[in-house]
Amino acid sequence: MTIYIKELKQSFKSLCIWTASIAFMMLVCILLFPEMKNEMESVTAVFANMGGFTAAFGMDKLSFGELMGFYGIECGNIMGLGGGFFAALAGISVLAKEEKERTAEFLLTHPVSRFSVITGKLLSVLTQVVILNLVAVSVSLISAAAIGESFEMKEFILLHTAYLIMQTEIACICFGISAFIKRGSIGTGLGLALALYFMNIVCNISEQAEFLRYITPYGYAEASNIISEGKLDMGLIAVGAVISVVGAAIGYIRYIKKDIAA
Amino acid sequence: MNIIETRRLTKFYGKSRGITELDLTVKEGDFFGFIGPNGAGKSTTIRTLLGLIYPTSGEAAIFGKDINRNKTEILSDIGYMPSEATFYSGMKVKDVISLSAKIRKKDCSAEAAKLCERLTLDREKRVEELSLGNRKKVSIVCALQHKPKLCILDEPTSGLDPLMQREFFDILKERHKDGATIFLSSHVLSEIQKNCSRAAIIKEGRLIALDSVENLSKTSAKRVVLHGVNEVPEGLSVKSVEAAADSVSFLFNGDIKELLNAVNALPINDMTITEPQLEEIFMHYYEKGGKI
Repeated sequence: MTIYIKELKQSFKSLCIWTASIAFMMLVCILLFPEMKNEMESVTAVFANMGGFTAAFGMDKLSFGELMGFYGIECGNIMGLGGGFFAALAGISVLAKEEKERTAEFLLTHPVSRFSVITGKLLSVLTQVVILNLVAVSVSLISAAAIGESFEMKEFILLHTAYLIMQTEIACICFGISAFIKRGSIGTGLGLALALYFMNIVCNISEQAEFLRYITPYGYAEASNIISEGKLDMGLIAVGAVISVVGAAIGYIRYIKKDIAA
Repeated sequence: MNIIETRRLTKFYGKSRGITELDLTVKEGDFFGFIGPNGAGKSTTIRTLLGLIYPTSGEAAIFGKDINRNKTEILSDIGYMPSEATFYSGMKVKDVISLSAKIRKKDCSAEAAKLCERLTLDREKRVEELSLGNRKKVSIVCALQHKPKLCILDEPTSGLDPLMQREFFDILKERHKDGATIFLSSHVLSEIQKNCSRAAIIKEGRLIALDSVENLSKTSAKRVVLHGVNEVPEGLSVKSVEAAADSVSFLFNGDIKELLNAVNALPINDMTITEPQLEEIFMHYYEKGGKI
């Protein structure tokens, strides 16, 4: 518990900055919607005629003229990239930073098992991801009310549930990697999140790359599918859940056995 | 009871040596010195004992309990001061000290306040602004505030000024008098000779001597200084000769009569025969790897 709180305190600043940036971008996007709506015809026409690019961002299935469609594309990308990056950063640094900043020796010579250190750290990362999502959702709801629009609640909830699961998966994969690196690598985390994001874009464009959807968590967090079908792809989510558990478990196994660098 | 006991403890980092088949015993109530130059394996031994790294082979017990099976239990009675202390940046000194106590689930505020005062440590400063000496002080408080049964101190005095070193050893001696066992690693021999009751010497990962400091310093070799001549008397086998304009100093290990006979014929005006310093013995262990 002490370690959980210590981690949250240490990450508080970074969480605030990321959450505020993401919430601000969502706010701006939603406030732009009324204007978009007015120019809907031309905008939709433009976006519909960009071929592969249209499919890449799921704009072939969603309409920019409706709040939900607009939200799924714009805010989906903000939550997907922004939230994904934050989850990756939080996960990749949480174990490695103790060795990178040479504090591991201080922490681990206290009477606390590595298991409980790892648990405190993992829970703090997941808590941060949840807080970021809750704030983003609240800001979206308030902004929508401010422009006099409302979301289709079922789709809205499904969409955000998918984002939360997706970010949790990225956090867990990065957490697993974090146990292996000694001198913490932010680049690795961001690179991984970005690679997963592009994998999904590639699957949207190419039929042959469909298998990638099973690898990348962005596959089940694709706004165009969730909104147009009104449900989540539980098969993909199950794969994601298994990957998350495996990622976290690898983190535990490796870190418990690890020789801590001086 | 043995507080620390290792049996054939070995640690390799890949192929590079850490320590090799170390058999070390530290008894309850020892003020134990662990001597060796940089890279000899002092820190590796300590980090293995604390469970930061895992031994390649062999075993070790602290308080009679296996270090890996009972790590958490053992650590609650240990105070450890690393050679290079680093803390969470952004925290104040008092936050670090109270975090350490909180993880131990103990209220040590009274003892912490006492220690900070004795060491003149400013608790409101941020840890990243501290000098090496002040970081050491934070480390001392974290290692001692919970009154551990065993204090493991890895090169504790580097960076502390002489006054602080004295205060630090005063505190350690008080703890020792109250029943704590002290395990002190150092390459400063005078500090071991002055404070420790027993000591071990480690060389290239192997233990080469373990005895009371008195016995380690005691050897049949004598440091002989002759005034009035500046050459070693002929026919004597001696070591570590230092000649000055009007004197010569050397280590002699042999029949004292032979020495006196050789000196008898020389025009000396003064002569001293003393026990060698631990430094000299230590250097000898390192140069020859054997006994004097």
